[in-house]
Amino acid sequence: MATALSRKDFVSDQEVRWCPGCGDYAILAQVQKTMPELGIARENIVFISGIGCSSRFPYYMNTYGFHTIHGRAPALATGLKVTRPDLDVWVVTGDGDALSIGGNHFIHVLRRNVDLKILLFNNRIYGLTKGQYSPTSEVGKITKSTPMGSVDFPFNALSLGLGAHSSFVARSIDVEQKHLGEMLKRAHAHRGSAFIEILQNCNIFNDGAFDDVSDKQIKAEHQLILEHGKPLIFGKNRDKGIRMNGMRPEVVKLGGEFTEKDLVVHDETNFPSAFMLANFEAPMPTPLGVFYAVARPTFDGAMNKQLGDAKTKMGAGDIKALLHRGDTWTVN
Amino acid sequence: MAVRPEAAVGNVAGSSKLGGEANGTAEAKPTEQRDHVVIRFAGDSGDGMQLVGMQFTTESALAGNDIATLPDFPAEIRAPAGTLAGVSGFQLNFSSSEIFTPGDEPDVLVAMNPAGLAANLEDLHPNGVLIVDKDAFSDSNLKRAGYSSNPLTDHSLDKYQLFQIEITRLTALAVHDLGLSNREAFRCRNFYTLGLLSWLYQRPIESTVAWIEGRFKKTPELLDANMRSFRAGYNFGETAEMFVSSYKVGPARIAPGFYRNITGNSATALGFVAAAIKAGRPLFLGSYPITPASEVLHELSGYKNFPVYTFQAEDEIAGVGAAIGAAFGGAIGITTTSGPGLDLKAEAIGLAVKTELPLVITDVQRAGPSTGMPTKPEQADLLTAMYGRHGESPIPIIAAATPSDCFDCAYEAVRIAVKYMTPVILLTDGQLANGAEPWVVPDPDKLAPIKVEFATDPNGFMPYTRDEKTLSRPWAIPGTPGLEHRIGGLSSENLTGNVSYSPANNELMVRLRARKIAGIAREIPPTEIFGDPDGSDLVVLGWGSTFGPIREAVKQLRAKGRKVSQVHLRYLNPLPPDLGEVLHRFKKVMVAELNMGQLLKMVRAEYLIDAIGCNKIQGRPFKVSELTGRIGRALEG
Repeated sequence: MATALSRKDFVSDQEVRWCPGCGDYAILAQVQKTMPELGIARENIVFISGIGCSSRFPYYMNTYGFHTIHGRAPALATGLKVTRPDLDVWVVTGDGDALSIGGNHFIHVLRRNVDLKILLFNNRIYGLTKGQYSPTSEVGKITKSTPMGSVDFPFNALSLGLGAHSSFVARSIDVEQKHLGEMLKRAHAHRGSAFIEILQNCNIFNDGAFDDVSDKQIKAEHQLILEHGKPLIFGKNRDKGIRMNGMRPEVVKLGGEFTEKDLVVHDETNFPSAFMLANFEAPMPTPLGVFYAVARPTFDGAMNKQLGDAKTKMGAGDIKALLHRGDTWTVN
Repeated sequence: MAVRPEAAVGNVAGSSKLGGEANGTAEAKPTEQRDHVVIRFAGDSGDGMQLVGMQFTTESALAGNDIATLPDFPAEIRAPAGTLAGVSGFQLNFSSSEIFTPGDEPDVLVAMNPAGLAANLEDLHPNGVLIVDKDAFSDSNLKRAGYSSNPLTDHSLDKYQLFQIEITRLTALAVHDLGLSNREAFRCRNFYTLGLLSWLYQRPIESTVAWIEGRFKKTPELLDANMRSFRAGYNFGETAEMFVSSYKVGPARIAPGFYRNITGNSATALGFVAAAIKAGRPLFLGSYPITPASEVLHELSGYKNFPVYTFQAEDEIAGVGAAIGAAFGGAIGITTTSGPGLDLKAEAIGLAVKTELPLVITDVQRAGPSTGMPTKPEQADLLTAMYGRHGESPIPIIAAATPSDCFDCAYEAVRIAVKYMTPVILLTDGQLANGAEPWVVPDPDKLAPIKVEFATDPNGFMPYTRDEKTLSRPWAIPGTPGLEHRIGGLSSENLTGNVSYSPANNELMVRLRARKIAGIAREIPPTEIFGDPDGSDLVVLGWGSTFGPIREAVKQLRAKGRKVSQVHLRYLNPLPPDLGEVLHRFKKVMVAELNMGQLLKMVRAEYLIDAIGCNKIQGRPFKVSELTGRIGRALEG
């Protein structure tokens, strides 16, 4: 049944209401395109979101959907996934939703490793409320609420996710359709919390925030595509790489003093390396891909196992036995 | 409160026989009959007073008494030893006749240290029995409790029957050859005291013996020590030339049935499990620990095989959020909290109102505002439950009147939530939560049915169609082919649920939801009037845990010929459809509640009745004497 589905089966009858030119369109299109390839029946897919531009997402997917309240989507999704492990549950959130008002739920859902796919659209701005700085906006950012520049030090979303020991951490970008599709599939195949930061352009309030990694003219010099087991090479002519100078990573030019053998080989299971890559800042390139992916017991799996074990040990719950527990007596 | 006065005197199975060394010696001293006794155990919060109280309660329940308890403990787990702040108390009223309250003042005060004495002495009747651990009245303990001279020797206790017992020393003697540390031996004092009191009131001790054996199975030396202490205390009462006689409180005239002793939090947990089983759905509790609600989480976490999911969330909001998510998936979603948590959950509850998903929020009320007095009861969250959300978001509210009533109310809350596709707030409080009473265990087959019918037919399916009678929308859970749909907090179009900002549609939806909740009134049974059904001078209207004191006060006044009645509400939203008419039958309406007058406001607004408030905000239940006084003055005024 699922194999017969196509992209249009996942398009709902609702008019999409993001601003023309918004990066969200591209993400929506790629998710709708990828869904049929996952082989999941449409009725078993649920999209849960919080509040913000990105969180309108479920309305446009012809699956089950729940547009909840600001920051709380991971909590709702946890309750659903735990009690309904048969469902494929996706969380759609943004930098304000996940990292500001919902920061607590975000870190806890990752550390628990609930089997959810979490797509964080990071545009480094508040769009729905019309242009205030977000917890990922850079210091000095001039916005409506920071006319003299923001004095707030920003979160690095991936670093935060890794700090919570998320078992899967990846990054992609709205304009890289093929790459995004691959990341969605990787996330789906992962058992546990799979967190993808999707860099997304807000062309109204923060246009060009990711130009260095999205502009066709220059992106090759700034994108570092991560591939498990392969050396960290980038650049238009693939002539630059990352090597460790002692404990510090550095960009080196290939062909002269350094060769591929001197470079760091990407290992998705290496936590310190993932943490290092997540914290790359200019002049280092921006890594895209799977930073970290390890197998770890899922919260929903472990909880359902306990319920199963309890049933095996004690038998199915019996209401009469339950009520008759403890010190009892009969009055005739 | 399980007692029916008209019932025949019952035979209580398994009571009266004493086991072990104590056997056969109980009749050596004369026994005096008492109708009822109120005992208060008081000591340091590390002295095990709650444990002693609960065991003495179990013994009394098994002796066939009617019982009511009032635990009273500090929020601090271990406040500095010996200080007033650290005093933990447990009051028990056990009786051979029907009782409704834990008693206004104790007849017997057991003080394990000077602080326990200082904090509780003002409540003890003149000529009341005062039992103290003489060894605990050291200079340093006296100083910590604020005494400048020793009350045991300065004649300030002359108006009481004072029994000074060297409990610490005698306990140490009882366990001296077991190789325990001084601290371990000291901690056995509570069982010594329990043994002594068990003798003094002729309690059946088998349940305590069995409890000690079970509790300390894995630590034989502690089992031995506590058992020896317990028996030593019992034998001391019998042997020592101190107590002239022991006392007997005969079995109460208890309605026939199968009984167990239950606290409100346990009853709440069991009510939820029973409801989920009846509904044929798993129970999911999302909760964040908070006093005095945490025991519901603890208890439910032991019922995984039923199946019951318990999710200890990262915060109050995640607790309710996860419960809503579970409800979206077809589980019975519940969350438990106390006042501060109810504030935090408000936005999520609004989402459940808007999306019309079944959910039960239990608020075990405590004294506020803010952190307030976490272990003390209050009823000041009623208007928060009614109106504590933005926008028009009506919610059914149910309140439990007694510890065992928590079972019925939890069950009923689930039934309404599922039938009407709505969140329901269940109000209990700290007194009900920890208080205990005998409970006639219900027959599961006689519980009201809870019918869950998920939508399955894609033909013409829309998420916001409504049942003609209940106005509830279909419960269409993910995994159902052809019913894929989206819900959310945004205003949505009637029937389709699509996002809509149409002004008229918004009003239509607000009114539909309000009508749905108001319609629940159809199911509320006729209001029961205790007293004069056709009306008379005054009716005391109450809700929640004030039931017992109000009932006792009204009974006492009626025995004196006063024309006073009682109406007690379980359903606070919607209110019973006949309530206005019932209240108008009385010349005066007094609303008694542990707040500044919240039901009072609702009654005045709803029925235009110039009701009188009777209020208390001390983190303590009403005393019967307070109520009789205030009702009496209202009758005269």
